Amino acid sequence: MLFDALTLQLGYNVTLVMLGAAALGMAAGGAGTYLFLRKRALVSDAVSHATLPGVGVAFLVMVLLGGDGRWLPGLLAGSALTAGIGLLCVAALTRRTRLTEDAAIGAVLSVFFGLGIVLLTIVQTLPLGRQAGLESFLLGSTAGMLRSDALLIAAGGVVTLLAVATLHRPFTAVAFDPGFAQATGQNIARIDLTLMMLVMAVTVVGLKVVGLILIVALLIIPPVAARFWTDKAETLALIAAALGGLSGYVGAGLSATAPGLPTGPIIVLVAFALFALSFLAAPGRGVVALALRHRHFQHAVHLRQGLLAIASEQPIYEALTMRILRREGLVRADGVPTDAGRGRAAKALRDETRWQVARGTEHLSGLAARHDGLTEIETVLTADQIAEIDARIATPVEVG
Amino acid sequence: MGADFVALSIVPLVIGVLAAVACALPGNFLVLRRQALIGDAISHVVLPGIVVGFLVAGVAGTWPMLIGATAAALVAVLMIEGIQRLGRVEPGAAMGVTFTTLFAAGVLLLEQSDTSSVHLDVEHALYGNLESLIWIDATGWGSLVDLQALAGLPPELTRISVAALGVVAFVWFAWRPLAVSTFDEGFARSMGLPVRAIGIALVVVSALAAVAAFDAVGSIIVIAMFICPPAAARLVTNRLVAQVAWSVGFAVLSAVAGYVLAGYGPIWLGFGNSVSAAGMIATVSGLILAVCAIAGPARHATT
Repeated sequence: MLFDALTLQLGYNVTLVMLGAAALGMAAGGAGTYLFLRKRALVSDAVSHATLPGVGVAFLVMVLLGGDGRWLPGLLAGSALTAGIGLLCVAALTRRTRLTEDAAIGAVLSVFFGLGIVLLTIVQTLPLGRQAGLESFLLGSTAGMLRSDALLIAAGGVVTLLAVATLHRPFTAVAFDPGFAQATGQNIARIDLTLMMLVMAVTVVGLKVVGLILIVALLIIPPVAARFWTDKAETLALIAAALGGLSGYVGAGLSATAPGLPTGPIIVLVAFALFALSFLAAPGRGVVALALRHRHFQHAVHLRQGLLAIASEQPIYEALTMRILRREGLVRADGVPTDAGRGRAAKALRDETRWQVARGTEHLSGLAARHDGLTEIETVLTADQIAEIDARIATPVEVG
Repeated sequence: MGADFVALSIVPLVIGVLAAVACALPGNFLVLRRQALIGDAISHVVLPGIVVGFLVAGVAGTWPMLIGATAAALVAVLMIEGIQRLGRVEPGAAMGVTFTTLFAAGVLLLEQSDTSSVHLDVEHALYGNLESLIWIDATGWGSLVDLQALAGLPPELTRISVAALGVVAFVWFAWRPLAVSTFDEGFARSMGLPVRAIGIALVVVSALAAVAAFDAVGSIIVIAMFICPPAAARLVTNRLVAQVAWSVGFAVLSAVAGYVLAGYGPIWLGFGNSVSAAGMIATVSGLILAVCAIAGPARHATT
């Protein structure tokens, strides 16, 4: 069943929704990256919660005008309107008062959401309202979706994705160095505004698929996951878009395979699974790689200290050091150094002395500063330089 | 305003007021510490905790819920710290990853398990069932002194009362260390105060208030009351004592006005049905904040 879904064999609507969710996820991952780099990830939470009253108002207006009320483009237009108002409220509260941005975000999201719930309860009392299914905007629901709605979502996802792709240059510039971007003639306020409009577009398109409570996850999780794979902004946006697209595609497919698998939460959990994978397995910043590096470093330090102790004929009390020396065949089981151990110890001591001299020599001290106590001296200094150092060790320098 | 009022409205009103105050009190410090969104995170995370508590225990009692929610809050704190430290990610993003994931897991668990026998669904989690917390045994004002009728009060009332008392006690007894560590962490540390422990205690107390309030009124009120009354109060005064007092006033006003408007507003306007009380309470608190943002005497930063 899952295989059928992933190979797009579950019918035209499911296919459309999956492709739409993939495009939406890619757009969200891309736009979310710049939001994340601007350290404003949670602003999107206020924006998404602020869509709810718009949905209610749009429904009521359409019913008052004699329409059906469930016309998706109308509902989405309404949601975009109040999302915009919510965004303006966050901006006004942070700029005009002394409240901080987090308080403004929390206030806007809870109040707009509360108002939205009030409007939903009004909608439910209308004769038409009971079947309106506006609750599906909370957590997303793609089951039994109209053909036209699926088309709208697919198209919306593609358009937002194209917008992110077109605008990635100015976004990167502003996210990285706002001062430099301004100096080169970029209008920061306008670029920030554009980014927020894109976030709004992602939210609105995602309402029906992911739902307004969880859409923020598509904007936040992919960039955070991508951060484990790279340090470059452009690559970060690409990886985030790929992870977001994959979450949308797989999540929407998975949710179509069985009942009781709500689309929004499934997409979010797929995104989190990708995050967990990145967190653990990414080379460089992943936890496993970090742990391995730490072990390697620990091993090197213990080995070197052990060798220096052998060279100066001091007893070794540290159990881990002893274990490492024994495993390397440098020390016998009874703690007496082997010949190989004595040889390595003598080299360690000689290199340590060489480093000390190098540090005291003016033209070598810069290179010696790179010495963390573990690097082999031959990998930093040339044979000539080592010969020069050895000469100094042999002939005492005049003091005075 | 007789027997009906006692039976139908007194309990929801009192629960609403207690929940609002229990959240607004710690909210003052969260807002000042720029941790306002912790309330948001907690109220999302509580859902999976309560669902797991219910699935493990088989009943929707106080203890399974409390233990489940506390465990979920702990998992969330560990996740946020871990992602932040190991991923070198800003706290906001780490929080966003954590609470959306846990909430999604909670929703999925709810959908996959049979919870139709109890009041446990996503809508209830979001906007509570304040209106349904009626006092069936009440026959009139006399019931307030009738022990037999009092025994029939909804258990939610007891829970939120205990939680509110606990929050008040915490803020009362920990006032000085809380205030000092909120305004000047360095100074607090130099005085030998356990700054980290105070921060954790504040989050734990907030979580307890959120769990107790969540049970009765849903997560919207929790988030709104953590943030709106304290934020509005902050725009009215510069003094902490006054701010806390104002925030309690605003919380009570939001709860009472919101409940009354939701229950009677539509009737006054000629419609038959009431609207969501939780939503209305949040809306009123937002209106109060808007008024303070436009006209509050201390709305600008003091330089």
